[in-house]
Formats: sequence, C-alpha cells, structure tokens
Amino acid sequence: MNFTLKIWRQENPNAKGGFETYQLSDISADASFLEMLDILNEQLVMEGKVPVAFDHDCREGICGTCSLYINGRPHGPDSGITVCQMHMRNFKDGSTITIEPWRARAFPVIKDLMVDRQAFEKIIMAGGYISVNTGNAIDANSIPIPKQAAETAMDAAACIGCGACVAACKNASAMLFVSAKVSQFAVLPQGKIEAKRRVKNMVSRMDELGFGNCTNTYACEAECPKNISVSHIARMNREFFISKVTSPKKEV
Amino acid sequence: MSKLLHYSSLTKKYIMAIAGFFLMIFLVVHLGINLFILPIAENHIEIFREAVHFMTSNPLVKVMEIFLFAAFIIHILYGVILQLQNWMARPTRYKIEGWSHTSYFSKFMIHTAVIVFIFLVIHIMNFYLVKEGITKAPQGPAMVADNHDFYNMAINLFSNTTYSVLYILLIIVLGFHLNHAFQSAFQSMGWNHSRYTPFIKLLGTIYSIVIPLGFILIPLYFIFLY
Ligand code: FES
Repeated sequence: MNFTLKIWRQENPNAKGGFETYQLSDISADASFLEMLDILNEQLVMEGKVPVAFDHDCREGICGTCSLYINGRPHGPDSGITVCQMHMRNFKDGSTITIEPWRARAFPVIKDLMVDRQAFEKIIMAGGYISVNTGNAIDANSIPIPKQAAETAMDAAACIGCGACVAACKNASAMLFVSAKVSQFAVLPQGKIEAKRRVKNMVSRMDELGFGNCTNTYACEAECPKNISVSHIARMNREFFISKVTSPKKEV
Repeated sequence: MSKLLHYSSLTKKYIMAIAGFFLMIFLVVHLGINLFILPIAENHIEIFREAVHFMTSNPLVKVMEIFLFAAFIIHILYGVILQLQNWMARPTRYKIEGWSHTSYFSKFMIHTAVIVFIFLVIHIMNFYLVKEGITKAPQGPAMVADNHDFYNMAINLFSNTTYSVLYILLIIVLGFHLNHAFQSAFQSMGWNHSRYTPFIKLLGTIYSIVIPLGFILIPLYFIFLY
C-alpha cells in the first residue's frame, strides 16, 4: 500500500513546528500503524534526516503510551483499540494520513508527536490510590464485594491513562480519565474509606492543571481505546456533590 | 464575583444544570400561556389576558421572576466562563478535527446559545420592557390598550411576516440548544443510570421537539390563517 503522510514536526517545546509531507510505498496491509512509522523513520535515517519522535512502549494496547491523533481522531479510525493495535488495512490505499500530537494546554508538545502527560500523574498523586499499610497479603474473601461492584470497578480500572479522552474532547477535558480513576475505588469497600477526600482533591488538581470543562459531548467515550463509559463521569459528579455537601468544613 | 470564578469545574456545571432545569420548566409555563393566543378555546383571549394578569400581578410570581432573571444571568454568565476556559484549554487547534462520534448539537452549544441570547434581548425589549414602561409597545394593525396588553402586542408583532419567519428560525435554534441541554443537565447532576438514562434521552428529544413546535404554531397561524 502507498500513503502520503502529513506529520507534525516540532523540534522542541518552544519551537514553532509545522507539517511535513512524506511519501511511503510498499507498506503491508498487515503492518501496524507504528510499524509503518518505523519504516518511515528508517527511511529518514537512511536519508540522513531526523526521525519522527513518537511515544510507544508495549505495542499491545496495555501501557497507554502511544498517542497519535490521526485524521481527526485519537488512536485513528478504528474504535476500542490503541494506535499500536491498529493495522494499515484500516486506511485506503493511496490515501493521505494526517498525524498530529495530542493537543491540550495541559499536554505540551515535547518533540514532534510526543507530548508531556505528567498532568495525569499529578492527578493520580492527588488521590488516585488507597492508603494501606504494607504487610502480608490479606485473605481475598475477608471483605465481601458484590459482583456488580467488582465488575464496575474493573471496567473503570481498564483505563490505561493514554489521554485520548483529553485529545478527543473539544474542550480538552480530562473528565473521563479522572472519573475512571475515581470510580474504580469509589465502588469498592476498600476505596470508600477515602472516597470523599479523593474526589475533591483529584477534581481540584484537574482544574488547576488547565484541563477544560466537560460539556457532555461524549467524544471521550467514543474514542476511548478501553471503551470506558461516561456513566463514570456521572458517578464522579455524584461523588463530588456528596463530598462537598457532607464533608466537614475543616479536614483533619 | 471572584468566588463565582473559583468554584470547581463541577460546581459550575451543577449551577449551569440547575439554572437550566429552571429555565426549561419556565419554557413549559410560558408556552402553556402563549398557546391561548391561538383560538384553541372559545374565550381564548380572556383566558390569555387572565393568565397575563396573574403572571404580572401575583406576588408569588414576582418572587419567581427574580429567580428567573437570576437563572438567566447565571446560566449565561457561567456558560461564557466555561466556554472561555474550554477554549483556553486547547491553545493550539488540530488541523483536522471533530471526526469523533459525538452527539451532534453538543458541538454547537455556544453558537446556538448566542443566537438564543439575541432572541432573548429582542423578546425582553418587545414585552418585558414595555410592561415596565421603558420601551414602546410594538405597533401594528391592533390597538395596544396599555402596557399590559400583551395580546395585541403579540398580534402586532406576528402580523409582520418577517418577524414571524425570524421568530420561527430562532425557535428552531432554541430547539437545537434544548436537544443537548436536557440530557446534559441530568448527566451534570450525576443522574446517569443504565435503566433511566435511555428514557431521559428520549424525553429530552421529545421535549426539544414539542416545546419549539408549540411556540412555532403561533407565528404559523398568523402567516397562514390570520
Ligand atoms: S504502545 Fe502501549 S498501548 Fe500502545
């Protein structure tokens, strides 16, 4: 297959950046999208040019590192998968593919297609955990958990933190990510203990970091490679409300 | 004011939603009265005048009016603040964007909002400020008895076809706004449930069609039948 690629090139965070056009021929339909970029990079290196920088790690859809905005959609045209899992057969032979980095104030471009997603780590640090003392593993059945709750938590925990929700959202809002991280604990007994403080802290951190506000367009849900539901956003809205109206004025 | 700005994004959205709910209920009441401009009952003019009298003189309604204006102002103010923040959240735009599958009208809320706002200003000038004696009553074929004679003011406005057509177009835009607004307000409040959400969405669609249709019937009547 042959493709024309339009790729965002930017030398460093402060450089202006712009689109470059590249031609690629003889790409297998079974090549993954990242393999296609590897081939391009090889070609660029051979020509003595600087290869395109893009994030990737596991290449099997579990780490959430890959992050490309392809033809107007995060992770490209297929749904429910990351870009590393997507194959070139999803594109028409001879077509032009435009590749851009995630765009958000909270995700500044580092180089080319790589963005800095530390903002997500900062949100997690604000409360995306449960505080337990280490020690022996406790018996798995010591706390009964309803199947429904376990499944809901598991669905939320499927979030790999790739940032596609932010990239897809017209407001660059991180609500789907934050709500998944809030939900995975909020529905479990172990997480309920810190639930009120967690949701408040994570939301305020999210606001500080300059993400946009959710307007319920649900582009995030449509683009999430793990198909995380916006019902988690609603849960976070509820949790936050309850937390605000019931927690004491002064925290201990 | 600065306190209003410092509310968290979620709190701002609850306030948006609550004000929105209030406005959506208000629309139903408004339409209910307006429909009596049409000859749907024998003494429809008396009923209309009666309703107008009630709405302009009852002390409880007066209190509600304060809430109504507050709801409008808060909804508009927060809408603008949230939108500005959202634009700022993505300083560099994509070259190709908007191919994700989303609810269609949700993309244009600020645009429909601006149009509805313009309509609101005209509407307030044509009726509310007339009642308050600030602007002059709309002139036309009907004699406007006093500044509470909304029936004849409406007739004067609607007998102008340009006004009627414009009115219809603006109400359709309002329908687009409501189409997303209804279910969105529920989601913002956190009321999402696998059992009820599909019903809420359906209800929202029905609401956003029936309410504008009701309002549109009035100018249609004037264009074609009056
Ligand atoms: S590289 Fe790990 S999810 Fe794509």
